[in-house]
Amino acid sequence: MLRLFQFKGGVEPETHKSRSAREAIGEAPLPPIFVVPLHQSVGGHARPLVAAGERVRKGQRIGAADKWVSSAVHAPTSGKVLAIEERVAAHPSGLTTLSVLIEPDGREEWIERAPLDYGAMPPERLRRFLRDSGVVGLGGAVFPSHAKSVAAAVPMEYLVINGAECEPFMTCDDRLMRERAEGVVRGAAIFRDLLEPKRVLIGIEDNKPEAIAAMREAVENVGEDFAVVPVPTRYPTGGARQLIRVLTGKEIPASRRSPEMGVQCFNVGTAYSAWRAVAFGEPVVSRIVTLTGNVEAPRNWEIRLGTPLRDILPLMRPKPDTRRYVMGGPMMGFALPSLEAPIVKASNCIIAASPALFPPPPPEMPCIRCGACAKACPHELQPFELYRFSRARNFDKAREYDLLDCIECGCCGYVCPSHIPLVQYFRFAKSEIAARDQDKRKAEVAKERFERRRAREERDQAEKAERLAKAAAAKAAERQAAPNDAEAAKKALIAAAVERARVQREGVQDQSSIHPLGGN
Amino acid sequence: MMLGAVLVMALGALVLGAALGFASVRFHIEGNPLVEKIDAVLPQTQCGQCGYPGCLPYAEAIAAGQAEINRCVPGGQEGVARLADLLGREAQSLDGAEKPKQAALIDEECCIGCTLCIQACPVDAIVGAARQMHTVVASLCTGCELCVKPCPVECIRMEPVPTGVDDWKWQYPVFRMKRVA
Repeated sequence: MLRLFQFKGGVEPETHKSRSAREAIGEAPLPPIFVVPLHQSVGGHARPLVAAGERVRKGQRIGAADKWVSSAVHAPTSGKVLAIEERVAAHPSGLTTLSVLIEPDGREEWIERAPLDYGAMPPERLRRFLRDSGVVGLGGAVFPSHAKSVAAAVPMEYLVINGAECEPFMTCDDRLMRERAEGVVRGAAIFRDLLEPKRVLIGIEDNKPEAIAAMREAVENVGEDFAVVPVPTRYPTGGARQLIRVLTGKEIPASRRSPEMGVQCFNVGTAYSAWRAVAFGEPVVSRIVTLTGNVEAPRNWEIRLGTPLRDILPLMRPKPDTRRYVMGGPMMGFALPSLEAPIVKASNCIIAASPALFPPPPPEMPCIRCGACAKACPHELQPFELYRFSRARNFDKAREYDLLDCIECGCCGYVCPSHIPLVQYFRFAKSEIAARDQDKRKAEVAKERFERRRAREERDQAEKAERLAKAAAAKAAERQAAPNDAEAAKKALIAAAVERARVQREGVQDQSSIHPLGGN
Repeated sequence: MMLGAVLVMALGALVLGAALGFASVRFHIEGNPLVEKIDAVLPQTQCGQCGYPGCLPYAEAIAAGQAEINRCVPGGQEGVARLADLLGREAQSLDGAEKPKQAALIDEECCIGCTLCIQACPVDAIVGAARQMHTVVASLCTGCELCVKPCPVECIRMEPVPTGVDDWKWQYPVFRMKRVA
């Protein structure tokens, strides 16, 4: 039996999971038009591979990864590319992002699909295959998985498969594990082969007994030695760093990546999509999304990526008092800016929100420094101090107090007796810090380029001076060697000029004699 | 008695002087470290809006006490505050209006390929050749405006840099007051 560890803090909000977990995963219908954003990972922006008017097949790569930490994007169905243009993104900013608009033809014609037998291949090829299949972290962080499946210099001890799903309302991973456990296990084996850890641990919160049983059975059927470990239900156990802490006792600071400490963590949905890609040649074109909240029909659906929110409303049937739609859970999610925003790889859950379900927060009161937030913080930070510095825009100090370690889980705000939206302050301060860091990097590049330019200019000037000096010296030498020749040449030159001037003068006189008035 | 005291003092002065002299040679630092610190705060646009031909000369002038700390417009009010913090001076208000981030844009229809802007760009962010159209590498442009004036056909303009999903910033939390009465 594995000894479990604990993280400090955390909260236990109402889970609201049972309603959406009841029914099996449904298959969402085709929308009239897909809006597929090219930027669907936290890495670079995929480069479009298709043009307007082109016919695409389901699974065809329409966006290619532009660098290593980036991921490909694929057509969610067969049809015609209408345009490649800026469309509103599933992002709190409400800004647009370059998207491919596809009109489905209803035939769902796949590309040629072939499984990949990676046993004899160098692991680098498998990583590239995962990148080109668009496999990213489907837990919501959408970090490209191939870039995560690289071991560091230290030996890999644990591979953690994250089926904790601690956010309230969300049940997509629960249903996935109940219905497609074997795929998850086989997908975990792919990451195991890439990272070669000593042990594979599948962590599932103990409020999902069906999923735990299904996963145990699947592990046995597949014949792997993975450990399926029930973990206590406590938000945010599903945070990668929290789950690693619970299962292995290792604490990973923000400044380091987990492989440097011999651990790596993947979501169950990610493992499943990696298996679909490797075993069937099917890239990531859809994902399981929990549609829940203030709705008549809460359920999990397999939704093709790029389906606009408007077209999934008939599936969830929101009640009339629904005011907005939250993507992600109630603790960490954000309100979608528009009904046109599409389902993307990060969309694990859509919650219809009404004032009755999520009452507006009471007015913010002054911080009394009671320390409740510090007790709740799973990262053992001091949110009340971070709040003080963020509010005062004292970013250097906030960073000193490890603001960048904050995972924005929302536990601090949840317990705050003064109802201070702490995470909002932290997000503000974090994005300001990120912008400053970026400016600093840009300034460094500019400085280097400026210095190189100056060095080049100085070198050019020195070379020019040298050249001129050489030419002058050569001329002087020439003059000394043949002074007579130079003199004669000069005389001839003058004579020629005098002659030319005389001819010109005569020409002018001739003309004026023809036209005495200087023109007609 | 008197002589002994004088000798002891003289010996002390000699030893300490030798130690100081040795230290000044042994621990000599090339350049002024303060200049480097100031230069690190400046935005490196090399724009000359401060009246000095680049960020480093301005940093040197500040370090020598010849320049005010509020002359760097691209650094903004925050840059002034940082300099004030670093130097222990009072933060004055910025000598100029703060502008949003901008980048140069060449109207490619109008460009005659004179290369004047290429020569003016302090960070080599403009590419092109004689009698060929020039263009600005947006990611390298610091928005210094030095290329705008030399253009004989006035085809360079400064455009604000648009915010994308990647560099969008969360806003400072603001709460709207509700009118009750």
